[in-house]
Amino acid sequence: MFEFIQKYGLFYLLGGWPETELGGFAGTLVLAGVGVGVSFPLAIVIGFARTSKNPAFFIPASVWVYMLRGIPLLMILFWAYFLIPELTGRAMTPFATAMAAIIIYESAFMAEIVRAGILGLPKGQTEAARSIGLGYWQAMRYVVLPQALVNMIPSFVNQFVSTVKATSIVYIIGVSELTFVAQQVNAIEVTNPVRTFIVLAFFYFIPCWGLSVLSRKIERDIGARRKAANAPGKEIRI
Amino acid sequence: MDFSFLAQEEFLLALVDGLLITCKLFLASWICGFAIALVMANLRDVRFAVVRFVVSAYLEYHRNVPTVVQMLVWYFAMPELLPDSIRLWVNRGNTEFLFAWVALSLNVSAYFAEDIRSGVRAIPATQFEAARAIGLSALGGIIYVILPQAVRLTIPTLLNRTLILFKDTSLAMAIGVAELTYQVRNIENITFRAFEAYFIATVAYLTISLLIMFAGAWFSRRFTVAYR
Amino acid sequence: MTDTARNTMVEIRDLEKYYSSFKVLDGISGSVKKGEVIVICGPSGSGKSTMIRTINRLEEIDGGQIVVDGRDIHDRNYDINQLRSKIGFVFQQFNLFPHLSARDNVTLSPLKVAGMPAREASELAEHLLQKVGLSDKLDAMPASLSGGQQQRVAIARALAQNAPLMLFDEPTSALDPEMVGEVLTVIQQLAEEGQTMMIVTHEMGFAGKVADRIWFMDRGRILTQSPPGEFFNNPEHPRVQKFLSDMLR
Repeated sequence: MFEFIQKYGLFYLLGGWPETELGGFAGTLVLAGVGVGVSFPLAIVIGFARTSKNPAFFIPASVWVYMLRGIPLLMILFWAYFLIPELTGRAMTPFATAMAAIIIYESAFMAEIVRAGILGLPKGQTEAARSIGLGYWQAMRYVVLPQALVNMIPSFVNQFVSTVKATSIVYIIGVSELTFVAQQVNAIEVTNPVRTFIVLAFFYFIPCWGLSVLSRKIERDIGARRKAANAPGKEIRI
Repeated sequence: MDFSFLAQEEFLLALVDGLLITCKLFLASWICGFAIALVMANLRDVRFAVVRFVVSAYLEYHRNVPTVVQMLVWYFAMPELLPDSIRLWVNRGNTEFLFAWVALSLNVSAYFAEDIRSGVRAIPATQFEAARAIGLSALGGIIYVILPQAVRLTIPTLLNRTLILFKDTSLAMAIGVAELTYQVRNIENITFRAFEAYFIATVAYLTISLLIMFAGAWFSRRFTVAYR
Repeated sequence: MTDTARNTMVEIRDLEKYYSSFKVLDGISGSVKKGEVIVICGPSGSGKSTMIRTINRLEEIDGGQIVVDGRDIHDRNYDINQLRSKIGFVFQQFNLFPHLSARDNVTLSPLKVAGMPAREASELAEHLLQKVGLSDKLDAMPASLSGGQQQRVAIARALAQNAPLMLFDEPTSALDPEMVGEVLTVIQQLAEEGQTMMIVTHEMGFAGKVADRIWFMDRGRILTQSPPGEFFNNPEHPRVQKFLSDMLR
């Protein structure tokens, strides 16, 4: 085992880099990180539209969310692989194609987190903000969003974990991320695939498990703070 | 759009076949996953620390490793670990489907177990005391007071996970199960009609997914009414 | 403009509101003069809270008209935020913004709606928090304040709008009994300063002290509008008699 890690550890971590593009575990993190990061602003817009009473915003946003939540990422990946060159007239690298598919896919899931965060706040907050004369957007900007975003942090961390796991399928179109690298190792080694794939599982397990534990802790802290806020008279430290 | 390739019987049959295998894999994994989850949810709080540790490791592994990787581990690794006689028996059957089924069942069971457990824990202890106070037995209290509330509380989250399981069946193509996504890819490779093939598969996935989502929405609405 | 119109702060005409098919407000009419303090009371479910919430359009109406300071509140052509900033509203549940300090709760409207410079807004907040007796809690977070203190911050927040009209929706109902007094004292002080107010409350002793007139509501209607002396000492309407005897029991 030790010898195996010594031989392939760096390959698992970085893929063929620097000879080829960055891949392996680092490639997975880039896919998930950029995917969640870029879909975040999209998700705020879509999430707000999902809470809007105006059908011109609500309906397109809902169609977008339901469609993307109802189709496997694999199908979205195939669509991106086929449609992007068709529409732009230019071929894209598998990595860029996967990136695009993940951003589109995640925008729907992140938007539902934003929506739940907005709807999760007590209605009195919006009413109080409106009653002191703040406009809708001012109420959202100064009162609703600052509170909702804090409450959403655990969900965002969970979504990042989900995204890291979801990226493992993009090797199908030839993106050299972590699972792709493991398949290559398996092809080189031929024998003992158990070891190859258990090591692969561990590479995912460690960060995902760590982040899940972190997210549960944050959720407990926020819960405790909210409880204290609802029980007036008790001193709390933030 | 040109769907004329469907006139060739083999492609139409392949699509129908793929959809059937997708549904079979989905239902089989759901049933097994739910059964395992009931056991796991109960074992989570037993007194023996060793059991608790094993159960918790089981849950964390399945929740924090990608589903595809879990499938690959079963597909590549497990036959090696099995004794020869069992391996021969397994290889005679439809190995890919079997491994995908096992992987998806175990995977979804870990999520179901946590959902069921947190649903039961969300019910205040005073509910059970009140049930006992009006003369119900412990079992009666569970059957008439705790379980009905737990079911209402958990069904929306269970349906959400059910939707994810349904979509995850597409991952089985990675180990060569001839489900819908696999068949679509295959047809596209032969006929080069990518748009049409993807379109059909997308509509099929979306239809079933929307049914599951609307069931979830319907239950959450009913639940809020029932509780007021 | 006639003299009466100029002296009128609120004019309600034939106000109606439904919750689906249930009529919550059934033809409410009444007017409030400038500087007047109106106390609204009545049994629970009589529509008091709904009525007061329609006056700053937290609730939409299905019929009738509400004119505040010469402007139709439910006219869609007016900027509702500007209208609302002329009306202070104090909630039963305080609804302080938990992520902002007492001072920042108070300065939010002056800064963002009135466009007051930061320095001036901060000074205003200090002045108002001092007025409600909380000069030592300027930078306290809502969670660290008692219910009575939170409600006084909420009153300061409403006062910061410099609103000609203040509405109170059961301001002491969510408070522990020992904190009711400190909030009522602040409201009474405002009454003495000539602030126009409409107050929904169950505190009958307080009502007798501050009210110029008491509106008695039942089943979505105003049954009587009378000065406190008449209301308490010789109520004509049998519903009022029953209400008072229930309250005093």
